[in-house]
Amino acid sequence: MTVLLEVSNLHTEFHARAGLVRAVDGVSLKVSRGECLGVVGESGSGKSVTFSSVMGLVRSPGQVTQGAIFFDGRNLRDLSREEMRAIRGRDIAMTMQDALTALNPALTVGEQLAEVLEAHDETLPTGRTARRTAIRDRSVEMLGLVGIPSPEARLRQYPHEFSGGMRQRIMIAIALACRPKLLIADEPTTALDVTIQAQVLELISDIRARLGMAVVLITHDLGVVAEHCDRVMVMYAGQVVEEGPTDQVIGAPCHPYTRGLLASIPRPALRGQPLTPIMGQVPDLVGLPPQCRFHSRCPLAQPQCLVEVPMRDAGPGRRSRCLRLEEMA
Amino acid sequence: MTLLQVDGLSKHYEARRSLAQRLVGTPRSVVRAVNDVSLTVAKGEVLGLIGESGCGKSTLGRAILRLHEPTSGRVTFDGTDVTALAAPDLKAMRRRMQIIFQDPYASLNPRRTVAEIVGLPLALHGIASGEEARAITARVLERVGLRASQLDRYPHQFSGGQRQRIGIARALVSNPDFIVCDEPVSALDVSIQAQIIALLLELKREFGLTYLFISHDISVIGYLADRVAVMYLGEIVETGPVAEVLDNPRHPYTQSLLSAVPEVGPRRDKARVRLQGDLPSPLKPPKGCKFHTRCPLAIPACAERPPESRGVGPGHVAACHRLDGNLSLLEPVR
Repeated sequence: MTVLLEVSNLHTEFHARAGLVRAVDGVSLKVSRGECLGVVGESGSGKSVTFSSVMGLVRSPGQVTQGAIFFDGRNLRDLSREEMRAIRGRDIAMTMQDALTALNPALTVGEQLAEVLEAHDETLPTGRTARRTAIRDRSVEMLGLVGIPSPEARLRQYPHEFSGGMRQRIMIAIALACRPKLLIADEPTTALDVTIQAQVLELISDIRARLGMAVVLITHDLGVVAEHCDRVMVMYAGQVVEEGPTDQVIGAPCHPYTRGLLASIPRPALRGQPLTPIMGQVPDLVGLPPQCRFHSRCPLAQPQCLVEVPMRDAGPGRRSRCLRLEEMA
Repeated sequence: MTLLQVDGLSKHYEARRSLAQRLVGTPRSVVRAVNDVSLTVAKGEVLGLIGESGCGKSTLGRAILRLHEPTSGRVTFDGTDVTALAAPDLKAMRRRMQIIFQDPYASLNPRRTVAEIVGLPLALHGIASGEEARAITARVLERVGLRASQLDRYPHQFSGGQRQRIGIARALVSNPDFIVCDEPVSALDVSIQAQIIALLLELKREFGLTYLFISHDISVIGYLADRVAVMYLGEIVETGPVAEVLDNPRHPYTQSLLSAVPEVGPRRDKARVRLQGDLPSPLKPPKGCKFHTRCPLAIPACAERPPESRGVGPGHVAACHRLDGNLSLLEPVR
């Protein structure tokens, strides 16, 4: 499989009042064509900021300060705002966690779909009536694709007239309208109930298979990753701490944080046994010293861990940011 | 021994009518948020209440404590009819019945210190005041994993997990018997969630507490509850011992809910039931069985009359017209 997106050594910083926050600190990743990459981490781990950086959506006081973002052979950081705008929505699309705030409440769903198609779809006819009909047909098709019943009538409705699951589908329909090569789905199901969550995730997987699109699924739910992603990348405090094929990372994690996360998930099989939560909390990202960021919560921490720890190979296709990863096996 | 018994509890809300609607006599539309719910919780037990958003599980929890006044039905707590209590007696009863809220940000007054927030029940119930109250508050705070030196801080100085600990301390300080835990871990990150769950279980053992644990997360309920009740559109569709309900769900809604939960661990070919459509509007609930509009097993009778609850195993009750045929949506996939 050829690489579609390659990010190397990305740094994104925010100038907060409390000091400089390194929200993304040296993140490198690859996404191949047609692949589904899961990105897991708790709030504040930098998973959303990483992909906002890829999309060129980081605004002041935030700034991408270092690194390269190659998409389809071009470094996105070298592009002008206009060039970036042409790629966003057409080649890379992103859906946001909260569909209600991401959709425009003052425009109908049809108008919002038409906006994307107008801006990006070069195959549309130029004649006014023909163009309008074509946009309408495509919009109806997209709403149908994401499983919204009676799409013709629904096009004339506003976001508030839809339920949470339906809004999430509309956002996916808008994201997919131009058949992007990469869909970045930021917590697409966090606000949804499990039965609706299952419908939406199945929909994304189904469309991925049909359109041959790559998907980045940002989530905090390891169960979602286990069921839908080929590869997974675990983030902690702005850094990638572990990556590899999903079944291997979940079956035999080789970073103490991943292991702790997995042990923290309550499930019926663990009834009567004590959970082993990760103690303490995520460190403050302001002024972090260059050392393992997990050591304060890590059961395996040693004095040697107080140094900058690089990502190291941990088997075929697997990498981990731990000095003691050999002992984890 | 039964500690809490709920009989036919309902909570209905009337939707507001405009003046014009009232003049032309448009009938009131009523949301039946909780409709004729009966359940019991034994002393020392954890009853898990699961259901999707809007099914009425939080309203039920609050109606039990009379934080929302029930429309009809009866709540009996330790032999006393709570629904019949006058205000002063209700207040005394509330010392024994507490609640932990879902949102650790919205449920703490931002302008009060931790000492004031956690100490308030002591003052309200006349348990202690002054230095004595402060000492008790400090002790409870330390028990839930915070420090006594944090007594004079404000909620915004704490993280989400710590705030939830403050909420737990507040529920605990009056030495209650029963706590409604209303999605106490849903707003927290996975690692913090595990800390809070571990704490709640420790406290239960230590103080002999009884919980009504409300959650939409079936894994959490499966881990900590003794019995479970499944709610759909204001009604309980299935109850039973947790292992029994999770391993052998009989109501089609429970079956589809369980099959939708994404699981960590080796992928096994589990049967998938995908429900079509969304939750119907509680303003216009379907007639008959409320689940029939989304139920793959529905037959004409389901649309006509609501099903009766029937025993399907030891302590295991389900309300469905199609229990006889031993039908299941969970046929294993090939």
